[in-house]
Amino acid sequence: MALRTSPEVGGMGHSIKRKEDPRFIRGKGTYVDDVQLPGMLYLDIVRSPHAHAKITKIDTAKAMAVPGVLAVITGQDLAKYNLHWMPTLMSDTQMVLPVEKVMYQAQEVAAVLATSRYAAADGAAAVEVQYDPLPVVVDPRKALEPGAPVLRTDKKDKKDNHIWHWEWGDRSATDRAFGEAAVTVKEDIYLPRIHVASIETCGCVAHFDKIDGKLTVWMTTQAPHAIRTVFALVAGHVGLAEHKIRIISPDIGGGFGGKVPVYPGYVIAVAASVLTGKPVKWIEDRMENLQADSFARDYHISAELAANKDGTLTALRIKTLADHGYTDAAANPSKFPAGLFHVCTGSYDLKAAHVEVDGAYTNKPPGGIAYRCSFRVTEAVHTIERMVDLMAHQLGIDPAEFRMKNFVKPEQFPYKSALGWEYDSGNYGGALKKAMDMIGYADLRREQAEKRKRGQLMGIGISSFTEIVGAGPSKHFDILGLKMFDSCEIRVHPTGKAIARFGTKSQGQGHETTYAQILAEELGIPAQDIQVEEGDTDTAPYGLGTYASRSTPVAGAAAAVAARKVRDKARKIAAHLLEVAEDDLVWEPGKFSVKGAPGKSKTIQDIAFAAYTNHPQGMEAGLEAVSYYDPPNLTYPFGSYICVVDVDSGTGEVKVRRFVAIDDCGNIINPMIVQGQVHGGLTMGLAPALFEEISYDEIGNIRGGSFIDYLLPTAVETPKWETGHTVTPSPHHPLGAKGVGESATVGAPAAIANAVVDALWHLGVRHIDIPITPAKVWKLLREKGVTE
Amino acid sequence: MQVRLSINGEQREADVEPRLLLVHMLRDVLRLTGTHIGCDTTHCGACTILMDGRPVKSCTMFAVQARGKQLMTVEGLEQNGKLHPLQEGFMAEHGLQCGYCTPGMLMTSYAFLERHPSPSEDEIRWAISGNLCRCTGYVNIVKAVQHAAAKISQGGA
Repeated sequence: MALRTSPEVGGMGHSIKRKEDPRFIRGKGTYVDDVQLPGMLYLDIVRSPHAHAKITKIDTAKAMAVPGVLAVITGQDLAKYNLHWMPTLMSDTQMVLPVEKVMYQAQEVAAVLATSRYAAADGAAAVEVQYDPLPVVVDPRKALEPGAPVLRTDKKDKKDNHIWHWEWGDRSATDRAFGEAAVTVKEDIYLPRIHVASIETCGCVAHFDKIDGKLTVWMTTQAPHAIRTVFALVAGHVGLAEHKIRIISPDIGGGFGGKVPVYPGYVIAVAASVLTGKPVKWIEDRMENLQADSFARDYHISAELAANKDGTLTALRIKTLADHGYTDAAANPSKFPAGLFHVCTGSYDLKAAHVEVDGAYTNKPPGGIAYRCSFRVTEAVHTIERMVDLMAHQLGIDPAEFRMKNFVKPEQFPYKSALGWEYDSGNYGGALKKAMDMIGYADLRREQAEKRKRGQLMGIGISSFTEIVGAGPSKHFDILGLKMFDSCEIRVHPTGKAIARFGTKSQGQGHETTYAQILAEELGIPAQDIQVEEGDTDTAPYGLGTYASRSTPVAGAAAAVAARKVRDKARKIAAHLLEVAEDDLVWEPGKFSVKGAPGKSKTIQDIAFAAYTNHPQGMEAGLEAVSYYDPPNLTYPFGSYICVVDVDSGTGEVKVRRFVAIDDCGNIINPMIVQGQVHGGLTMGLAPALFEEISYDEIGNIRGGSFIDYLLPTAVETPKWETGHTVTPSPHHPLGAKGVGESATVGAPAAIANAVVDALWHLGVRHIDIPITPAKVWKLLREKGVTE
Repeated sequence: MQVRLSINGEQREADVEPRLLLVHMLRDVLRLTGTHIGCDTTHCGACTILMDGRPVKSCTMFAVQARGKQLMTVEGLEQNGKLHPLQEGFMAEHGLQCGYCTPGMLMTSYAFLERHPSPSEDEIRWAISGNLCRCTGYVNIVKAVQHAAAKISQGGA
């Protein structure tokens, strides 16, 4: 896209430095744990050592004797106010504090309120809870067997652990295509439970002012307005009304989806503040964060892919078992129980597809949140990219050539997928070609063949993903009925500077910078002259928040639309000032000029001043606008990634030697920030591909509950990412832009897994579930007789 | 217990519980909130500060262990209104996103560059491997440290 503004104005396409950085590099950000109020109390939480147990007694006497402890809050206390259960975003129910039994290890059992962090922790350690252990169900397949212990005994008439069955697509056409197929491949793919593990954990400071009856909550939330409404709906019966609730989402130390849900700790802190009239702080520690906050994935997928004998793909059939823990608390605002999983036909022109998903309850923490991806898209992309690779290898066709042959072609857009999505734009072959050129694909294949002769294990893996982001069109998306629009409100001050507020909330994405650039592009006001604010529900316009790469597709579009409304009024004022008709004016970023007389012009700053001092008679003063943008469609970013791995035949260690990522997110607002998003996303793709997993033993003990055994990649394991892009604008977005924050997380794991399988294919290896740990590879190499 | 120490060149003093963690003294008692807490188990490095010039993770030290020591936190990097080259480097190279790990990264890098003024990329990666970042993928952090190293060697600080 050609630049339309100067570097000084800093509109779209300029890599301007971030407005957020001056405070962060000085340690002057304000994160929730930095909020300290006079008289503030601290909350600590007692957690269950059992995965499933009846609570027979909670003895608080010793805890109450700890100096500084003011109260121990139990489920019985909350039950008096009917606050011991809360709804989930999936219309299931979740305990705030239990009255009868606990459902997973590390579940909240009681909360201790004290005058200091340390006293609260001492108090929590002194609470004595007696449990009567119950049979534990960890495996979702066993959960659905007849005779399995029924976990949700709180639900009357619930006789099993099955949550829902959902299916989509044309079953008979798909079955028919499989019947006619020359070649089919089938694979079981498990995407394990993982955790976003943002470096800042979750927490809040709740402050109920008894005099004016107002509750203010500083909270690690990606969706402050939705939280305000949820609080008002859930706690209306105890006197909280929406105009008396203010949610402030301060600087957030990474979100990635983990800061969308309402966790019990928030609710208990709010209840404690309302009861005491004092500010109450709750900050979880890392183990609480990993063990009790919402997890991602945990999908047991069985996939089949069909092709003609010439290698044309025809159909996809998927059955999936979704382990939701003890409640379906997925942060999924779509109308589909499995989120956007049915984008699983990916970048390929399939004629038929059918997907079935069943949800199951187990004795694990609730969830089904995203891990830096739009509702189950990584699950979908990983499946199709693994299956396409499997088919290519099976047919003996190069995986790049095979993809090129089966891609949806540029002329097919807008493209209606077999599962009903309308892809807005794409050039999949262009991105793959660019990635192949950049990495030197043909040379790498030659090198691989030579190395294989010498017994060295080298693999090349491709992932040509299609993302689906920007939730979303209100026909498919809502949160408790709230449509998934987002918002921008602009006020241009008399001196030509501006403030803009949004319904989203950055957690590191750089909104203060990129939103200002969008407005600079549309109005010609320098980005440096535009103050961007979000995260305070008392001041920002209503919006649904930041997750699922929706900020640019939705709030970014709102910014453009609001700016164009401002420009419409500015045109009227300019016509008045220049004494010409509106139609006689031409706009270029920053000024209106008279057609044919470019010397006669008014800058946006002139016009802003006139809007308050010399506006036409009959026109209201001021220069401002607001937009609530309901997107007509989702955006479909895409890309092609190529990964080269070397596998140590002795230890099974996988080393990512090179990784080239070509992304296409349409028109780019700030190239520096987009590249940063891709770097981070790739690293969060590498992490579950090679390192991260939260698993449980047969009695529900968590494995991977601290950073000691839940391994986040460091700078040493992380390769030097090589990035590039192609630009295929979205036809329906006002700026031609698409989301980008999650593309790499979605696309990278399959490239890595495909590379490892490619390295071992000649040994008879067909699939390896992620994370591909040295132990897993070593075991395979031993089975194949490569190592002892 | 009385703890007297020097932070960023300033003498500070507080009466603390013997078990108070150093990071809590910095953040909650002295209100230097630039130093962050990310894991409690010495893995993430968000709490990294310098003690007598060496990087330490302040979440697994007691405040009393810092008695009489010279501490430096992120708040001490900027001198007389002039940013340290590392701070400039992180901003110039987009070495931060959410900013939460940044203070720890800056302090680790500061101590590293004092001892290794012209490091290789590999040396930088090993040096910051005790600090976790979930946003940047480290590429630009490495560039930020290189940026600072070049600037310092040209007499920028």
